[in-house]
Amino acid sequence: MPRISWRRLAGGERRWAVLGLGAVIALWEIGHRVYGDFVLPSPLATIAALGRLGASGDLWPAVVTTARDALSGFLAATLAGSLLGGLAGRSTPIRAMLQPIATLLIGVPAIAWVVLSLLWFGGSGLAATFSVAIAVGPVVFAAAVQGTRTVDGGLRTMARAFRVPFGAMIVDVYLPHVLSYLLPALGTALAMSWKVAVMAELLSGTGGIGDGLAAARAEVDTAKTMAWVVVVVALLLIVERLVIEPVRRYFETWRHGLPGEAA
Amino acid sequence: MSEEGTLVASGVTHSFAGTKVLDGIDLRVSRGSVVAILGPSGSGKTTLLHILGGLLTPDAGRVDRPFERPAFVFQEPLLLPWRTARGNVAFGLAGLRLARSERLSRARTMLVKVGLGQDDAVLYPHQLSGGMKKRVALARALAIEPDVLLLDEAFSALDVGLSREMQQLVRLDAQERGVTVVLVTHDLSEAVRLADRVIVLAGRPGRIATRLSIDRPARLRDDAFVEAEIRRIAALEAIRDAFRPTLSG
Repeated sequence: MPRISWRRLAGGERRWAVLGLGAVIALWEIGHRVYGDFVLPSPLATIAALGRLGASGDLWPAVVTTARDALSGFLAATLAGSLLGGLAGRSTPIRAMLQPIATLLIGVPAIAWVVLSLLWFGGSGLAATFSVAIAVGPVVFAAAVQGTRTVDGGLRTMARAFRVPFGAMIVDVYLPHVLSYLLPALGTALAMSWKVAVMAELLSGTGGIGDGLAAARAEVDTAKTMAWVVVVVALLLIVERLVIEPVRRYFETWRHGLPGEAA
Repeated sequence: MSEEGTLVASGVTHSFAGTKVLDGIDLRVSRGSVVAILGPSGSGKTTLLHILGGLLTPDAGRVDRPFERPAFVFQEPLLLPWRTARGNVAFGLAGLRLARSERLSRARTMLVKVGLGQDDAVLYPHQLSGGMKKRVALARALAIEPDVLLLDEAFSALDVGLSREMQQLVRLDAQERGVTVVLVTHDLSEAVRLADRVIVLAGRPGRIATRLSIDRPARLRDDAFVEAEIRRIAALEAIRDAFRPTLSG
């Protein structure tokens, strides 16, 4: 009965997650003991460095700046990517025109976008936002195209037969289906957004976690570097849990067959 | 020459990917009458229904559709998987100018009429049986108070008792509000029970093989009448010819 044993495993899922994280921290500590403070500061030293960052007042502004850079770019990418992707999914000429462009944009390394946008936008905050949007947009676009293309033709015919207005067509027929493609892609896109934002900040020196990393590198302070990394990862996890996860749960209620109000 | 509100098709011809499926169909459905399109599978019944309902534009021929609120029940239930039974019925009402609460209460009432209660109304399509899904689809169609009702094998997945009940519901609705009904079926007894006139499609491409009319008012047709009528119709040469290919093949 494999089904039963799987269910039992899922019941203790949290315990396994803790075990996995614990293993990483243990390896980290072992690495520290083997290679010493300079190469790999201990987890405790990293926490201490994080505390110093907080106390010095550098932490909070950096978090705000990076969140602004990453989320504004992510938002722009989501809006433009899903709108254009939706259009391309419905219209063959638009798809034929936009798909090669999206492939081309995906092919350009993210770091190249950072360099270009620094040249174009200079030290203004726009450089990071633009880098994030253009690096992440094509990922959202591709998912939106695929989602829109695979909407059930029968449901479309049905909606047409009942002369359902355009708004209801989008909200009730297209959106729930497209979201099943879009939401996983948005998770990936969000993770990418933080990485690109930090990269852009590191090069532009206009504040944010990337700027902090650059400073830590200049001071050859490994513990501080690790502390910044911990901050980025924590931010990513918090936003993923707070934004993406609830949205996913809301739109997938029907899959689990839980009673829900909908019209 | 056509009276008010008559659905008229003349010389309707249609092809899919170069294969002709309908050839020169002429028919008139006067307002408030019930017409059954009968024929073996592959004779173009569904295509004709979609053309009559305005979902398809025929390659040739003319269709006058003097109605404003068509409602369909398709062969497949075609329910939105992410909406409850009630949400699906309310979705059909999205085109009418109604408040959300009004739509939901109409949906609830209509679901009760097709025999689905409070508990069923909040279930999602994947939690419903095949027959229940069909009933939701019928409720969605009746809820908009259509002026023309187009039914594509609407009762075929239901057990006998239930299918009779649903037929009754459609017949009463047609009588009370003067709805024009066009129904596609391969079931002769369904046609005999509901229709005033029967159009038999046959062949590939589909042509009208014969037209029958059933004169006794639908509410006076008892089982004995239906049985006798089926026997009479089944014995007709044109009907035997129309259904022969599927019997031998």
